[in-house]
Amino acid sequence: MSGSLKKTGAPSLEELAASPAFPSEEQFKRGPVAVIECVEEIPCNPCESSCPRGVIRVGEPITNLPVIDLDGCVACGACVAACPGLAIYIKDYTYGPDTASISFPYEYLPLPKAGDVVEVVDRYGGTVCKGTVLKVRSPKAYDRTAVVTVEYPKEFFYEAISMKRLAC
Amino acid sequence: MTQTDLAIVGAGPAGLCAAIEAKRAGADVLLIDENARPGGQLFKQIHKFFGSRAHKAGTRGMNIGTELLDQTRELGINVWLGSEVLGLQNGHDLWVVRNRVQTEMVRAKKIILATGATENALAFPGWELPGVMGAGAAQTLINVSRVLPGRRVVTVGSGNVGVIVSYQLLQAGAEVAAIVEALPALGGYGVHTAKVRRAGVPFYTSHTVRRAIGAERVEAVELVALDASFKQVPGTERVLGADTLCLATGLTPLTELAWLAGCKFDFVPALGGHLPIHDCAMRTTQKDIFVAGDIAGVEEASTAMEEGRLAGVNAAADLGYLTEAEARARSSEIWESLNALRSGCFGSKRREAKDYMLRKGKEVIA
Amino acid sequence: MNRVPHHPILGDEPPAKEVQIFVDGRPVAAREGEMIAAALIANGIFKFRYTPHAHKPRGVYCAIGRCTDCVMTVDGVPNIRTCITQVRDGMRVDTQHGMGAWQKGDGHDPN
Repeated sequence: MSGSLKKTGAPSLEELAASPAFPSEEQFKRGPVAVIECVEEIPCNPCESSCPRGVIRVGEPITNLPVIDLDGCVACGACVAACPGLAIYIKDYTYGPDTASISFPYEYLPLPKAGDVVEVVDRYGGTVCKGTVLKVRSPKAYDRTAVVTVEYPKEFFYEAISMKRLAC
Repeated sequence: MTQTDLAIVGAGPAGLCAAIEAKRAGADVLLIDENARPGGQLFKQIHKFFGSRAHKAGTRGMNIGTELLDQTRELGINVWLGSEVLGLQNGHDLWVVRNRVQTEMVRAKKIILATGATENALAFPGWELPGVMGAGAAQTLINVSRVLPGRRVVTVGSGNVGVIVSYQLLQAGAEVAAIVEALPALGGYGVHTAKVRRAGVPFYTSHTVRRAIGAERVEAVELVALDASFKQVPGTERVLGADTLCLATGLTPLTELAWLAGCKFDFVPALGGHLPIHDCAMRTTQKDIFVAGDIAGVEEASTAMEEGRLAGVNAAADLGYLTEAEARARSSEIWESLNALRSGCFGSKRREAKDYMLRKGKEVIA
Repeated sequence: MNRVPHHPILGDEPPAKEVQIFVDGRPVAAREGEMIAAALIANGIFKFRYTPHAHKPRGVYCAIGRCTDCVMTVDGVPNIRTCITQVRDGMRVDTQHGMGAWQKGDGHDPN
């Protein structure tokens, strides 16, 4: 295997588009979608059983890449916290007239709070824009993986992946 | 002299699982560990494990450890902590030194060696400075002792250990200035590298550490690029400020007791080096001695737990606590799990290496 | 201070009794039950000993009791692996020079 993932550490959009779960542009623009950035066959399937609606499928062997039935996905976020690789997030292109939203896993302190303005970063950790935190969920069932939702300008829709860690 | 059906050396994931299986079957078990607390490297693993949901995937390693300790306590398994096994003779007699001052002899009908592995070192000028340490050492300090070994870290090695420990250093509040990899491609899972990359940690492939700089502690680390033959390329040196240098350059099985016991070995580089030859029951060339976990090949906590179960089941069957049919059924279930864990683009190399070892074991073991 | 009192996964550091150890004669605060090496690092002490010939500093390397890089003289006994030895109230931890020396009068009676 070669390419961006094994050189830079982050998958390229080409590598992602080649995986079965990556939504098409049309699917992205329809409404909130769960995105699983899982492109390597490793034995792993907690995403499958985490979905309360059963729309994520790994099957056997458990090295299969996950597939999501995006029509059935209601973007509840359970899979975002359950993935051991922290490889799942939810994006909503349609959140606002000029803004999109992303809900991503976050395991650092301090946790942001709703209303905070944060730096939205791309897969290389570079800041792409500022965003506003809409909510932070960290129920016991998520076992310490908080899910942070941030609203950000639509024009940065594809690059945004997470937020820059806050200074302590 | 203490007599026992089964003595297990090492209370890490493999040893704990072996003890639980064997005690459940009815065997009299003595679990021995040199540390003040059991669990081996499990309690340092604060991340969620991969694998199958049916086998604890999605659960943090440290919580799996707590569950295993609870089961150990519930079953009333006899555990000797602070106890170092310094000798193994006649295939059954263990010389144990407890709390550094008390000698005990243990005679066991069956023995399982689950002594794990140790981190490899990488030598370069300045490698002896305080601040240069194994990645596992940094992990112990931050996740068990909750102290930061430093504030700005360079990690050498991009396998899962190097990348996961780098992530955990970020979680503990340190900065990671770079992860350095000698090969042209990164070694760890893409989801692990992606996590630290989006936290801004740069990866340097085809690079190595040339030297650690500092008077009495690491103050900076000099990196250098490598050509296609892994020779350092003059002129590509680059100095990064750092106070800690973590070496994640592989693990080697801790096999002293197996050597002492006269077990036959084979050299399997993909699993860490010299390994005691074993068969599909985890039995070595010494008929009453079994191995499980990293001592039998460096893999993961999940495979260590399954191998521990396998050794526990087969030792219990040997002792007459399980019928052959029961042992066969349990073993085949465990093998299904092990084969699943040893699949995919990363696991299949380990599968090949283990298959080689099992063929060898079949040849050599009666 | 190098402690991590609040951690995203480990949570808040549980309360622990404070014990006092003496490092080269100086009182240092430690947490009951922790390893000597952890207490030293928490207090910003990274150099544990000096080598016999070149007098070079050494500190923690493996942190699990395998390499012996972290040894110090503890309660008069040299070559104690500080990474796997727990602190005790009143414990004397001294920077070791070379192979160290047993201190008279601190009878180390195994019986």
